Amino acid sequence: MTEAPILSVEALRVAFRSGRGAVTALRDVSISLAAGRTLALVGESGSGKSVTSLALLGLLPPNGQVTGGAARYRTRAGGALDLTTLRPKDFRAVRGREIAMIFQEPMSSLNPLFTVGDQIGEMLLLHADLDAAARRRRVVEMLELVEIPAAASRLGSYPHELSGGMRQRVMIALALVCAPQLLIADEPTTALDVTVQAQILDLMRRLQREMGMSILFITHDMGVVAEVADDVAVMYAGAIIEQAPVSDLFRKPAHPYTRGLLASIPRTDRPEGERLQAIPGAVPPLTALPPGCAFAPRCPLAIPPCDEPVHLREVLASHRAACIRAEEVLAHA
Amino acid sequence: MPSETTLEASAPSPQSATTAEPLLRICNLTKRFQTPRGTIHAVEDVSLDIARGSITGLVGESGSGKTTFGRTLLRLIQPTSGSIRFDGIELTALSAREMTAMRRRMQIIFQDPVSSLNPRLKVEHIVAEGLRAHGIGTRRDRRDRVAALLEEVGLSADQMPRYPHEFSGGQRQRIGIARALALEPDFIVADESVSALDVSIQAQILNLLLDLRVKRRLTMLFIAHDLSVVDYLCDRIAVMYLGRVIENGPARPLVRQPAHPYTRALLSAVPQPDPAATRQRDVLEGSIPSPLDPPSGCVFRTRCPRVLPACADAFPPPVPVGPERIAHCINL
Repeated sequence: MTEAPILSVEALRVAFRSGRGAVTALRDVSISLAAGRTLALVGESGSGKSVTSLALLGLLPPNGQVTGGAARYRTRAGGALDLTTLRPKDFRAVRGREIAMIFQEPMSSLNPLFTVGDQIGEMLLLHADLDAAARRRRVVEMLELVEIPAAASRLGSYPHELSGGMRQRVMIALALVCAPQLLIADEPTTALDVTVQAQILDLMRRLQREMGMSILFITHDMGVVAEVADDVAVMYAGAIIEQAPVSDLFRKPAHPYTRGLLASIPRTDRPEGERLQAIPGAVPPLTALPPGCAFAPRCPLAIPPCDEPVHLREVLASHRAACIRAEEVLAHA
Repeated sequence: MPSETTLEASAPSPQSATTAEPLLRICNLTKRFQTPRGTIHAVEDVSLDIARGSITGLVGESGSGKTTFGRTLLRLIQPTSGSIRFDGIELTALSAREMTAMRRRMQIIFQDPVSSLNPRLKVEHIVAEGLRAHGIGTRRDRRDRVAALLEEVGLSADQMPRYPHEFSGGQRQRIGIARALALEPDFIVADESVSALDVSIQAQILNLLLDLRVKRRLTMLFIAHDLSVVDYLCDRIAVMYLGRVIENGPARPLVRQPAHPYTRALLSAVPQPDPAATRQRDVLEGSIPSPLDPPSGCVFRTRCPRVLPACADAFPPPVPVGPERIAHCINL
């Protein structure tokens, strides 16, 4: 715990150029991920969680740009890199070996024209010094590691010949074949059926234990957060509005948005006849954010001072929230 | 097409309905699609009653046949065999023209509020479409009606001249609901109507459906893959797997004490928003088999943790597992 974090994002800002001027998509995002732990970045559509992951990987679209802040990553060799200033050429050495990623739809990340064996083998060709036979053995090992039945016979399969769950396993094998330190997983189970999601979450937990990697897990699903995360950062309209260890966040949400989000989830263990507390209204467009707290227009606790800019601050030990009334929210939990 | 001129004009009338009889009685409904690769067994021998004024949830994973089932009830897809009685009327015996008239009483709300709304039409025209198609009311009557409907679903009448792209996802789903309500149907199929929405917006729409159900005495088939959502909204739940209903009963007992091994596995796979939750998880192996070649006997047997040799013999008959509750399993 006292070890320096593997990833430390400080006041990251990202803007997109559009026909009507620049749009700020990330406003001073700061997160910190310790070695071997899982940080869940949770939010609804448009909150900026995927933009954060793309920015960390140098994969922002051409009209997007980091306009401020830093993302310090500690390499395996112990060096420090600021991911926001890496050139595309340098990123190639980082992606795969140091930081790997998996996405929601494996079909769009896997190349439909190459076999499973070729795609995983290519990663080894790029990043490891192995002969053809050793590469093949390593690929089979990886497929076995992600629990693909009859792994050796799957080397010649094309992605379209696999089910969604199997494709996501291949995607994970591809991401982990070079044993990265950090895995960025962007909604990796969202497109899967719930019984298959359970398999993939179990698999990711086991692999993390065995390989000791850190995971930045991006999701909209608070149920998934509760299952996978050690720590949670909640995003709303391009900013982090609360960050805490997972049990504190669910037990003592300090931001009215987090509280509202939790109260709007249907739960099978809710008391009979209890109505869901929906959050009124909708997320404001990034082009028309209110001057102060972005959640204020929907917030049941909003008062005039909420029109002033608000910042994340410590409200309990290792628990931060961006709300001037966080203490009251905590007191009424 | 019937040319009716007032809003109160009635749709085809029931022939032998009593209020105790379910609004829908579906018996042995089967739908198979012939494809170059073989026969897809989408819905296989499903029987289901939907009581007047109730919301029945139909839950299942992708490929379970739940969407095909919902569309077959409205004969948007023609059934291969079986019976659909709606308010005493055998729908499978109706001509296309009679069925068109009947659809005044049966409406559908789709999953995707973007692709199911015509982007070139103003909201006023989208919501009034059914009224116009059925020749109901004058233009002015229809306009008043649309204004009232928009207010009822939580939008405002002055949004009538806007186009779908000017609305958020949740608002578009409200437009879809207003459109479905315009003809004052007795029955609505809601097919994954909240699945594409963020959770805070999903809660708004679920509460709207609950309110409308009380206010309008709606009968609804709510199709979803999310058991927690179905549990919140529905009186009864039918669980589908590979074309078959494998368990059917009152919602809360079914969710609290699932009987069928598949229902149990489905429930235990739902991630609970509670990091302190400790539970025994029945993780299923593999994924749902292809409906081109479903297993013989019980369709779930290839993934079932409690499978017996006899499970391959025949699809199990319904076994009573509680009040008004059945499960299709020989090993309960």
